[in-house]
Amino acid sequence: MNVFYHIGQYFLLLVRVFKKPEKNSIYIRQLVLEIEKLGINSIGIVAVISVFMGGIITLQLTYNMVNPLMPTYIIGLGNRDTLILEFSSTVLSLMLAGKVGSNIASELGSMRITEQIDSMEIMGVNSASYLILPKIIAVVFISPFLFIISVFCGLVGGLITGPLSGVVTIATYVTGITTLFVPFYVSFSIIKTLAFGFLIASVPAYMGYFVQGGALEVGRASTRAVVNTSILILFFDLVLTQLLFK
Amino acid sequence: MIEIKNLFKSFEGRTVLKDISSVFEKGKTNLIIGQSGSGKTVLLKSIVGLFEIEGGEILFDGRNNRNMNFKEQKLLRQEIGMVFQNGALFDSLTVEENVRFPMDMFTTMSMKEKKTRLDFCLERVNIRQSNHLYPSEISGGMRKRVAIARAIALNPKYLFCDEPNSGLDPVTSILIDALIKEITAEFDITTIINTHDMNSVMEIGDNILFISEGLKCWEGNSSQIFNTRNKKLNAFVFASPFSKKFRELKQMEDDE
Ligand SMILES: Nc1ncnc2c1ncn2[C@@H]1O[C@H](COP(=O)(O)OP(=O)(O)OP(=O)(O)O)[C@@H](O)[C@H]1O
Ligand SMILES: [Mg+2]
Repeated sequence: MNVFYHIGQYFLLLVRVFKKPEKNSIYIRQLVLEIEKLGINSIGIVAVISVFMGGIITLQLTYNMVNPLMPTYIIGLGNRDTLILEFSSTVLSLMLAGKVGSNIASELGSMRITEQIDSMEIMGVNSASYLILPKIIAVVFISPFLFIISVFCGLVGGLITGPLSGVVTIATYVTGITTLFVPFYVSFSIIKTLAFGFLIASVPAYMGYFVQGGALEVGRASTRAVVNTSILILFFDLVLTQLLFK
Repeated sequence: MIEIKNLFKSFEGRTVLKDISSVFEKGKTNLIIGQSGSGKTVLLKSIVGLFEIEGGEILFDGRNNRNMNFKEQKLLRQEIGMVFQNGALFDSLTVEENVRFPMDMFTTMSMKEKKTRLDFCLERVNIRQSNHLYPSEISGGMRKRVAIARAIALNPKYLFCDEPNSGLDPVTSILIDALIKEITAEFDITTIINTHDMNSVMEIGDNILFISEGLKCWEGNSSQIFNTRNKKLNAFVFASPFSKKFRELKQMEDDE
């Protein structure tokens, strides 16, 4: 019952979000601001986490997978495919749901409780569109770039830890990451990151936009936004994997 | 002119506005007074359309906003200026950007014209040298004044102010009242103001609507309010020692 109510409200909000903007120039200015705030500012943490994860995945592969019967280039290959297929798309999106999602929900929530959204509506501005559309476009636009940055940093992470472990040489690692490359994996993951990007912006926006009450509720909405977005990301990961790999 | 007829509004079964009717005239400052919690803010928000009303009609110069389509409603809203009880300035924009926001959004004015209008509005509310500060960096009273500047930026036909001078010192408070009265007369605006400030009532009460517990209790103007026999209104008006003194003096004057 409750779930259907929220799904309905969510889609009604989206209808308002995608109405024709009042003035394109202002929307473009907002979009640039949001790309900077939500996207560019996430590059640092994405890079750091990816280097570490790439390094860790490589070590795990080195100590658990490699035996005398298997070629050592499997390490680079394994790291690459893990990064592309799940880590840099899904796990990274989960992390962004925490960072970007809570930011969006609390920003909109506090605008709601301090009547800033009401005062926009009273002026005749479509507040849903003005506030949410630039965020959705910004996050969807930036997601594939973050994905690529993450894969790259993850591979570099492996390049550092792999040879350090003494099991694989730099040359073999590089051979690994260039062997049996399946381009479809990349397009599959980019499709995923686009879908997740949409969720990461729109679900927390919904949670924040309809907050009622005070600062406490804003905090709650922000937590709920992260939890729900994460669950939805995993659910769609399942669905998309099933659909696209069949 | 704004006409409200038999307005009803409730929250989860608790009726906040009960059958309120009144007429707010153009070019006049119309006040809504009443105790804290009596329903002033709810009434104002119902009139502007932020709250769905359960019963009644609201006519903006004969136009019923409930019969309007989305586009007409949008156009009507561009004729409305509103000052919220706590200012409701946009946190992420500076003072200047806040006041310019409606102009950026709805007009095709050049940068220079906007700047002229911006300076005019800020000048009117006595804000100087704060153009590049954020709302969190200015005082509560300044926030209120910036909100007024923003509300008048587009020369509204209807101006709504929710306690425009609460939290202001007496001097600024009188300035704000005078400003609102002046622009109301000058541009023939229909102005509705929520207040419980007795100074405002005396200074700018062209038409006063007194509500108590969601009911319309009394209606009149600033000269009638001090001679009324309405018990509730008397208790409200003459609550402070200051106004009690005033009443005594007035009675002595009348007796002579
Ligand atoms: N969003 C809401 N949901 C439920 N009840 C509300 C809501 N807004 C206001 N009320 C109730 O309506 C009543 C009138 O509130 P309102 O804010 O209009 O008072 P007010 O006259 O503006 O008071 P003040 O002078 O303190 O601003 C209060 O009892 C309040 O609890
Ligand atoms: Mg109020």
